[in-house]
Amino acid sequence: MIEVEHLSKVYNGRRAVDDISFRVEKGEILGFLGPNGAGKTTTMRILTCYMPATEGTARVAGYDVFEESLEVRKRIGYMPESPPLYHEMTVYSYLDFVAKIKGTPSSKRKSHIDEVMQKTSIGDVRNRVIGRLSKGYKQRVGVAQALLNNPEVLVLDEPTIGLDPKQIFEVRSLIKSLAGSHTVILSTHILPEVSMTCSRVVIINKGKVVAMDTPEGLANQMKGAERVALLVDGPAPAVHEKLSSIDGVLGVSAEEGKNGQPSRFTVECKLNTDLRRTLAAAVVSQGWGLLELRGVSVSLEDVFINLITKE
Amino acid sequence: MRNILAIWQREMKSYFVSPIAYAVLTVFLFLCGFFFYSILSAVIQSTMMQAQFGQGSQPVDVPGIVGRSFFGTTSVVLLFMIPMLTMGLFAEEKKRGTMELLLTTPVGIVQTMLGKYLASLTFLLIMYAGSGITIAALLIYGNAEWRPILGGYLGLLLYGAALLALGLFISTLTENQIISVVITFGTILVLWLIESFSSGATGVARDVLNYLSVIGHLDDFIKGVVDTSHIIYYLTFAFVGLFLTYRSLESMRWKS
Repeated sequence: MIEVEHLSKVYNGRRAVDDISFRVEKGEILGFLGPNGAGKTTTMRILTCYMPATEGTARVAGYDVFEESLEVRKRIGYMPESPPLYHEMTVYSYLDFVAKIKGTPSSKRKSHIDEVMQKTSIGDVRNRVIGRLSKGYKQRVGVAQALLNNPEVLVLDEPTIGLDPKQIFEVRSLIKSLAGSHTVILSTHILPEVSMTCSRVVIINKGKVVAMDTPEGLANQMKGAERVALLVDGPAPAVHEKLSSIDGVLGVSAEEGKNGQPSRFTVECKLNTDLRRTLAAAVVSQGWGLLELRGVSVSLEDVFINLITKE
Repeated sequence: MRNILAIWQREMKSYFVSPIAYAVLTVFLFLCGFFFYSILSAVIQSTMMQAQFGQGSQPVDVPGIVGRSFFGTTSVVLLFMIPMLTMGLFAEEKKRGTMELLLTTPVGIVQTMLGKYLASLTFLLIMYAGSGITIAALLIYGNAEWRPILGGYLGLLLYGAALLALGLFISTLTENQIISVVITFGTILVLWLIESFSSGATGVARDVLNYLSVIGHLDDFIKGVVDTSHIIYYLTFAFVGLFLTYRSLESMRWKS
């Protein structure tokens, strides 16, 4: 649905986007992850025909964003970083205006706007003036505007920014429900958002793609070893020695408890081995108290921090 | 066409929810009424004086003189008002980020531009209609000739259309309404004052300066003479303004 090939954008001699290539299949939700200033917004603006690329090509639904801009604009719904709202208009008249310029036929306009307002749960403010709405509502009006005229492709630039936790949850479920019928590109720097909503992730940093995979795939890639965390009531040096002696353990790090409190241990084991039973048995057989034992998974956060601080 | 209408409608609504429209309309109509009154009383006074001293051998065309002076004064008042109608048209869109919406939806640059231009022109017509009350008084009570009045309005319409196009262009250059209004006002003032420079010039330079003067072309209209060369001047002016607006909007994609 979206094909980006060797895309670059130069601003005043600085490469904001540097030779980016990726593809998004129909019905997929792609997470666009990166620190602020990584080039997320620039890439999205090129895809939505707001600005041309310096080099490279981008195609949306088979149309070139530069050569066939009108065809692309007909098929795309875009929610910029700051929602493009006319503050003096009411929610309904604003959506009506956007539906008109997007070419929704007048016979269907009213029911379509009602449908979109229901999806984004803004029906209760339909006659309120946009400028007086809370940030959360404004943000959702921005999302509603992007959904108008049922675009095949949705480009959402940080759609959950400024929302409260409940609204964030609602917007995420909304985006998730769009998968299949719409192709979505979503930019964010909130990591749980990506693992919750996206089927694939592109991580960019300083204008370059540094990783591209499913959220699980990325976590696996990063994992050099299995890790187990333990909380043990017993003499720390002896426990350390015992744990290290177990077959398959690569290393043990300890955090000794103060004044006879239990100590924490993190045990690194060989990849694809589950030593949790062995570790538990070893601790218990010595008569120490095993207070806690759990496997530690690598979070997307670790992946992200690791990737963008690599240089 | 539908897109132009949508943009036009939105722009008209936004004129009338903002206080600017009411302020402009009120001030304009007040000034029109005030000048009409003062011109009328001055003319009547001078004719009465003439009659008293028995110098008025031939009858004085009071409504004609009043009409001409009124249109002349109105054109000066418009000099201040027109920049305020166009200052926000694109500057506000840029500031609010709604330009991003307009440029990424199927609505084209030309349609956006024409929708906005026609909205400002419509607002100007509303202003003219309001000022028409005083002119109606001339027609009803003063037996004024209708030709110079019709000519005057046609002239003012073309004059307004030209200046609005200029203002629209300047509005695309900045995202600050104040800067937009100041530059527009300054530019119009220069185009207006050009005529006074022409008196010092000679030959071709003088003709060129005279031709460029935005107000000079209005005189014939006010006298009731509709000359195609003046119509062409204003239409060309408006066209150049719109063309520059178009180019400026197009380049926005490249610069942003």
